[in-house]
Amino acid sequence: MIKVEGLTKRYARTTAVDNISFEVEKGTIVGFLGPNGAGKTTTMRVLTCFLPPTAGTASVAGFDVMEHPMEVKKRIGYLPETPPVYPEMEVSEYLRFVGQLKGISSADIAKRVDEVEGRCALGDVRKKLIGKLSKGYRQRVGLAQAIIHNPEVLILDEPTSGLDPKQIIEIRELLKQLAGDHTIILSTHILTEVEHSCERVIIISQGKLVAIDSVANLTNRLRGSEAVALEVEAPEGHPNPTEVQGRLEVVSGVSRVVMKDSRNGRLVFEVESLQGRHVRAELARTVVNSGWNLSELRPVGLSLEDIFLQLTATQKAAEGKSAAPEEVEGAKK
Amino acid sequence: MKNILLICFKEFKGYFVSPIGYAVMALFGLIFGFGFYTATRDMVQLGFRAQMMGQQQPMSVNEQVIRPLLGFAGTIALFLIPMITMRLVAEEKRTGTIELLLTSPIRDIDIILGKWLGAVLLYMSVLGMSVLNIAMLFMWGKPDLKPVLVAYLGLLLQGGCLLAIGIFVSTTTRNQIVAGGVTFFVSLLLWLLSWFTAFESTVASQVISYLSIVTHMDSFSKGVIDSKDIVFYLSMIFFSLFLTSRSMESLRWRA
Repeated sequence: MIKVEGLTKRYARTTAVDNISFEVEKGTIVGFLGPNGAGKTTTMRVLTCFLPPTAGTASVAGFDVMEHPMEVKKRIGYLPETPPVYPEMEVSEYLRFVGQLKGISSADIAKRVDEVEGRCALGDVRKKLIGKLSKGYRQRVGLAQAIIHNPEVLILDEPTSGLDPKQIIEIRELLKQLAGDHTIILSTHILTEVEHSCERVIIISQGKLVAIDSVANLTNRLRGSEAVALEVEAPEGHPNPTEVQGRLEVVSGVSRVVMKDSRNGRLVFEVESLQGRHVRAELARTVVNSGWNLSELRPVGLSLEDIFLQLTATQKAAEGKSAAPEEVEGAKK
Repeated sequence: MKNILLICFKEFKGYFVSPIGYAVMALFGLIFGFGFYTATRDMVQLGFRAQMMGQQQPMSVNEQVIRPLLGFAGTIALFLIPMITMRLVAEEKRTGTIELLLTSPIRDIDIILGKWLGAVLLYMSVLGMSVLNIAMLFMWGKPDLKPVLVAYLGLLLQGGCLLAIGIFVSTTTRNQIVAGGVTFFVSLLLWLLSWFTAFESTVASQVISYLSIVTHMDSFSKGVIDSKDIVFYLSMIFFSLFLTSRSMESLRWRA
């Protein structure tokens, strides 16, 4: 549905997007993840024909963004970072205007406006001036605007920013309903967002593609090693933290031990294992055999947050050495 | 065409949701009304004086009231037109709604023509205020209608020209005030160019004076439709709208 190849966008001084390639299949929800300034918005703007790429190609539903922009624009619903609303217009009036802009015939327009107002829960405010609406409502008007012509592809730039938790859940539900018929790309820097609503995730950082995979795979890929939180009771400063740490480090299969906390007579460590090694049993035995009280031992899953940091950190390290082909190559597929 | 009208009516309506439309019309009505009052008063006084002296001077409402008055209307428009055009694109750039327009399946030229026509509609409503005054002359006098219509055509062309320049300036900035200010100075410059021929008559000064938008108004206000002047105004409009479309396109490359 969406195909991006070798996309590069340079501004006067900076390279916003650097040689990105990816494909999105029909009917999937893809999360576009990256820190601020990573190039998410720029990529989206290229896909919506707002910006021409410096190099590379992008196509939507088989139409190239440079050669057939009209065809692409007809098939895309776009919600920019700030909803593109006219504060001096009423909600219904605005949706009508956008609908006509997108080429909906005047016979269908009233029906479509009613429908998206219902979908985005705008019924109560349809006669209000957009300028008087709260940010959450404005965001929903922006979303309604994006789906009014029932586009094949929806491109949403941070669709949940500025919404309260209840509204965020509503938007997620709405996106789930829309997926299937629609292909959705949404950008965010909030990781839980991706975990909740996306099937696939594209991670970019500093204009470069870091990873592209399904959310489940990505979590598994980095979960090969095990992380364990371990708590030892240590009343009156005994045992000595360095002693415990020393003992834990020599357990076979342990790659790293970090002391997290040492308050109220308790020592908390985080222990990471080598790839594919299970160390929990051995850790417990070591602690108990040393005569200490083991009060907690629990596996810690890597959140998307950790994955993200790990991936972007690897990338930075790779850049430092200017050679880490497997990460970048692996990401490109 | 449908898209042009869509944008046009949206812009025209937008003027009357904000105070701009009302403000421009009221200001014009006030100043033009003042000009109308003094022009008719002078004419009436002149008439009385001529009668008292016992001499019959040829008097013409067209020549003595309408012609200078509509010339004056063009001058007022010079000040008001920046207020009409300043927000057209600059505002959309500032609030980001330009992204909506540029990612919708309509051509850039539709957006530009729509906005220009919307502005022309407002300008016509502004000129409509002066019709109220001129109509009074027709109620109590017998001026010639045709030269009045021709003068209005000239005003419309001159206005359309300045509006097109205004839109162009508005695409170059995201600040309305800057857009308004620059448009005003450009219009003022185009107006002042006519002063060149006052002192010299070299080819250069002829050319410069030709570029002035006021010199082309003269024949219209006399009631003469000169194709030279129509060509001038139409080509100025075309050129400015062309620049606007270039500037809109460069938005994409720079944004």
